[in-house]
Amino acid sequence: MTEATLWSRLLRPVLLTLVALFFLFPIFWVFLMSFQTNEQILRIPPSLFFSPTLDNYWGLVSGKLVTAAGTLELPFMRNLWNSVVLSTGAVLLSLLLGVPAAYAFARFKFRLGEDIAFTLLSFRFAPPLLVLLPLNLYFQTLGLNDTYIGLIWVYQLITLPLILWIVRGYFEDISPDVEHAYRVDGHGWLKTFLKISIPLARPGIAAAALLSFIFAWNNFVFALILGSSSIQPVTVGALAFVTASGIQYGQIAAAVVLSILPTLTLALYAQRYLVEGLSLGAVKG
Amino acid sequence: MAALELDRVSKIYGSRGQHGLRAVDAVSMAIKDGEIIGLLGSSGCGKTSTLRMIAGFESVTEGEIRLGGKVVNQLPPARRNVAMAFEGYALYPPLTVRDNIAFSLLRDKRSKAEVETKVQEIAELLAITDLLGRYPPTISGGQAQRTSLARALVRQADLYLLDEPMSQLEPQLRAILRARIKDFLIQRRMTTVFVTHDQTEALALADRIAVMEAGVLQQFATPQALKDRPANLFVASFIGEPPMNIFAARIAREGGSLRLTALTEDGADAFSLSLPGAETGGQLATTLGGRSTVRLGIRPHLVEVGASGELAGTVISNQWLGDQTHIGVELGGATLIAVADGALAAPVQSAVRLALPIEALHLFDADTGVALMHGLEVATPGVQAA
Ligand SMILES: Nc1ncnc2c1ncn2[C@@H]1O[C@H](COP(=O)(O)OP(=O)(O)OP(=O)(O)O)[C@@H](O)[C@H]1O
Ligand SMILES: [Mg+2]
Repeated sequence: MTEATLWSRLLRPVLLTLVALFFLFPIFWVFLMSFQTNEQILRIPPSLFFSPTLDNYWGLVSGKLVTAAGTLELPFMRNLWNSVVLSTGAVLLSLLLGVPAAYAFARFKFRLGEDIAFTLLSFRFAPPLLVLLPLNLYFQTLGLNDTYIGLIWVYQLITLPLILWIVRGYFEDISPDVEHAYRVDGHGWLKTFLKISIPLARPGIAAAALLSFIFAWNNFVFALILGSSSIQPVTVGALAFVTASGIQYGQIAAAVVLSILPTLTLALYAQRYLVEGLSLGAVKG
Repeated sequence: MAALELDRVSKIYGSRGQHGLRAVDAVSMAIKDGEIIGLLGSSGCGKTSTLRMIAGFESVTEGEIRLGGKVVNQLPPARRNVAMAFEGYALYPPLTVRDNIAFSLLRDKRSKAEVETKVQEIAELLAITDLLGRYPPTISGGQAQRTSLARALVRQADLYLLDEPMSQLEPQLRAILRARIKDFLIQRRMTTVFVTHDQTEALALADRIAVMEAGVLQQFATPQALKDRPANLFVASFIGEPPMNIFAARIAREGGSLRLTALTEDGADAFSLSLPGAETGGQLATTLGGRSTVRLGIRPHLVEVGASGELAGTVISNQWLGDQTHIGVELGGATLIAVADGALAAPVQSAVRLALPIEALHLFDADTGVALMHGLEVATPGVQAA
């Protein structure tokens, strides 16, 4: 057996399994937890064997949190819906603004162009807490506090720079002559952008959108401060599981599983585009 | 189809004003309707920049471009009705070769059958019929190049700009396609400007050739005129294979006639020729005026190799190229390349005699390189000698 086959037949699968185990085991454990009661979860030693229950999920869906101290109202499904609205809204707005901007930065050299692009990126460097307090004051004055629009606007700090910089790289990789070839055929600038540039950069746009969706989905601190329970996403809503009579591990686990689902589905769907982008090969030349 | 005029067109890249790079410098050309023009010049001399200005992808820094009599400087590419084959092919990767070619035709609301016929016709012309179903990333460079050429030629445009359309092909295929494309262009009276690095291609395909160097148009003339009457030293040494022999030379007046002495690289006398004097070549003496030094150019093809020649030299190289022989001859310390038809029995180190007929000689100004005389004919100044 040569070195190469030893590597590919034995070592590689073993190592890959190890890596997968390392990253996936916590998720797997959470998945199991979501079908257990708090007592089953907290017993020592922990065990892989238990009689599964759907109570955690049922509690989340019905909005009733049953604890030792009584029943609490829990707007978890509402939170989930808020997460969907906020993240989708933020990503769509960022695509609308960021993709044309990325194209402009990639294709045209203009005064202060690099500075503007860098400033947009630097939004990612600033600690959110630094901007949140003044922002809170402004939002109260403007009446944007506790509105979807206000939060989506603030989410641009997360999603816009990401989309702008990733998509810009993809546009730069497209030979301008591909666009020129289309323009010389008698098409205007805008049509070329929509019909040639965007489709060619689609894998990049999909990747950037997915990534920024995940970042937006996982954001915690903006919504904590700028929104009340009616528009808060799951990340903030999960705080409700820390109750006076203890932490509801089973329901937290069920909530985690439910809140992973949308991003997971999206990632699986977008994967098609990512693979398509790679298999098309170089766009250049 | 339309005529194209460039009127002192310049392109300056980079920061506006004085710091920029002058890639194209006051180029003027008048191209007639249906004419085929070859653009020849060394790499980086501004050929692509010129084409891009004509197509409208680069702004014109100075000067005017007129297409069909209309100034197009400010017109976007879409409204110039120009077809272009790009140096980098620029095929659209998600579409098949067929769709890449048909792309522009579909827009004109032609019937499917008509489009298919046209695509088929052009694909046959360029020998790419068996590629039509493939995708650009999966075909070779030469195939992509022909696809890009097909995409330009299939269109119904006023002007065709072809940037190095056949540079990736092997000489045999290039020769075949050259002939087919020439027929195609002439039949349809397509006004065409093509860029090439291959002199044979330019000479074979073009009605007139524009030679550029460092952004400046050196000469714009028919292939024959470029060979017989190069406007300056650059054109003289650029056109022709093998290149023209160039020597520094000294002129001495001996009574009625002129004596021209070619020098070696070190400045020593190599060989001398007597030129007809005032009685026979009156213009020669007048044109040369008071000059005591010139540059002497000798076309290798016109050197006569044989026993009757008045110059004696030694063969230092002999290459038989199948149908002609290139021999290098040492003449008093200078090396002269001569071309003889067929195989020549002149082994290295053997003595050989050469004659340099007056038509083989070109005289250029020693400082500026501008042509003075072509044989006994006085050179006309200017680049537009047709
Ligand atoms: N976009 C640009 N910005 C700055 N300089 C440029 C640009 N495009 C070309 N140049 C410069 O202008 C000069 C002419 O370039 P051009 O592409 O026209 O050459 P070319 O004659 O087509 O050369 P080749 O035969 O190698 O294709 C070169 O010195 C090149 O570096
Ligand atoms: Mg070029």
